[in-house]
Amino acid sequence: MILVIAEQREGALNRASWEAIAAAQQAGGDVKVAVAGPALSGAEGSGVAAAAQELAAADVAEVIALQHEALAMYTPDGFVAALEALIAAEKPELVFLAHTYQTRDFAPKLAARLDRAIIVDVTGMKGEGAGRVYVRSVFQGKLSADVRAKGPAPHFVTFQIGAYRADAVKKGGGAPVRDVAATVDAAAIRQKPDAPFKEAKQAVDLSQAERIVAIGRGIKGQEHLAVAEGLAKALGAEIAASRPICDAGWLPMDRQIGSSGQTVAPKLYVALGISGAIQHLVGMKGSRTIVAINKDPEAPIFEIADYGIEGDLFEVVPAIVAELHKS
Amino acid sequence: MKIAVCIKQVVTREWQLRVNESKTWIRDQDASWEPNEPDAYALEEALRLKEKHGGDVIVISAGPARVQQAIRDALARGADRALHIEDDGLAAADAFAVAGALASALKDEQVDLVLTGLQSDDQGFASVGVILAEKLGLPHATIIMEVEVGQGSSPGATASLRVKRELEAGWFQWVAMPLPAVLTIQSGINQLRYATLKGIMAAKKKEIKKVASPGAAEAKQEIVSIYFPEKGTKTQMIGGSPAEAAAELVKKLREDARVI
Repeated sequence: MILVIAEQREGALNRASWEAIAAAQQAGGDVKVAVAGPALSGAEGSGVAAAAQELAAADVAEVIALQHEALAMYTPDGFVAALEALIAAEKPELVFLAHTYQTRDFAPKLAARLDRAIIVDVTGMKGEGAGRVYVRSVFQGKLSADVRAKGPAPHFVTFQIGAYRADAVKKGGGAPVRDVAATVDAAAIRQKPDAPFKEAKQAVDLSQAERIVAIGRGIKGQEHLAVAEGLAKALGAEIAASRPICDAGWLPMDRQIGSSGQTVAPKLYVALGISGAIQHLVGMKGSRTIVAINKDPEAPIFEIADYGIEGDLFEVVPAIVAELHKS
Repeated sequence: MKIAVCIKQVVTREWQLRVNESKTWIRDQDASWEPNEPDAYALEEALRLKEKHGGDVIVISAGPARVQQAIRDALARGADRALHIEDDGLAAADAFAVAGALASALKDEQVDLVLTGLQSDDQGFASVGVILAEKLGLPHATIIMEVEVGQGSSPGATASLRVKRELEAGWFQWVAMPLPAVLTIQSGINQLRYATLKGIMAAKKKEIKKVASPGAAEAKQEIVSIYFPEKGTKTQMIGGSPAEAAAELVKKLREDARVI
């Protein structure tokens, strides 16, 4: 049996949970889905029941609503305690999760607690049973690795966001939902979280831009920004960047595209000197037309580009600007 | 405060990756190496905490003799001393083996805080810090954008820790927890300092203590094969001189893609 651990916040499911369910259905065998949170108790808002009902639409053997007041706000200590007991009771062969920030925070700890293998950020599966290997991107996406889990079950596997399609989930006639009271000692939870919050509204909403020129490490220095700005002006595009550029302070954080920045899908996305680490790709791969200019022919950005130019951006970009000004 | 910073040495971004003969790892004997960039932010944060609250910064790294170069770099930036778990077998090891080695080296050090980078640029597990916390029996938090250490107000009161976690889609959260604790630091939390000539000279006198390795027996996964991903078939590569390529690209964007 594969146990999928879904994720919810205030009753709203994380969409990536459906992707983990799709992966489990494709892996074959019985699938159960567990979702943890507070029981519905009135004033404190929605509990886990709404999310469990929503998950029951999937063609799975059962949905487990794992309930405890101490799970109302996520903490790694609380979730590991609750899920450790659930896994001991359910004895799955595999535990699948979406590779969200929350999963990254607790799943390795849960696997360590149980002394079991965890393979993270998986993009695909090959083979069956004990011979199954999981595909991961390594070296910033420049290489792929087929990885095998060692040791006794259960093995934990987390799936990269977008690697499996949420709309590929087979729907069923309504899976049974079972409430399970979680075993959590609230006093043993060491993390005391405040409510999540958003920073002051972002000054730039790049999701509305029709065209975007984005820069990466290949721009080399802040003094070269004008090269990219010239192209952006000629195209009528917004300027954006991959994370390292914003980390260095060359552009403000609200210009960042990727898993920790904005997600965009413009008509045209021009990537200048961006190698294409997955953290960047998840933020822009939905763009309609992608142009990549990079001097490294092995840069992963070329795998998702529509048009690629292997070359020095400091030579190619001025040539494009000149070409645009011709007509 | 006694702060340990876990650092890794990885191949440089510029090095042209090559796969070894058994196709299970890179041909690392002729690679060029650098400190893992996300760990540099963890080190910087540790140095800033030390400047504010006093104490010691200990860098710790697991891997072959070559990782001493990354350790020296950290000492030159201001770390006080270092632990090196020298073991060739840990170079390509999984997160369990690396966390196990770090835990065995740290268990007698009585540190107040352990910092790691968010993830490594090679295998990118983003798991070592979390597994290390479990092995040391310490609370943890990941993807940290701000660290506040409060000294207890009454004498003898324990110091407290409050950290800002980055969640997805622009959300953040403050979390408090007791010390000692393990934090994984998000890149960009601070601006990195450079090593000064004085720092580089001083680093030569600082201690790098060798620590016995428990080995990689704890590893719970193995790489069966490693390979270059297949190129997407839809990508049209445009060649020629910069001017020719530019003309061709603009034509395609106008006439085929119709996006300009």
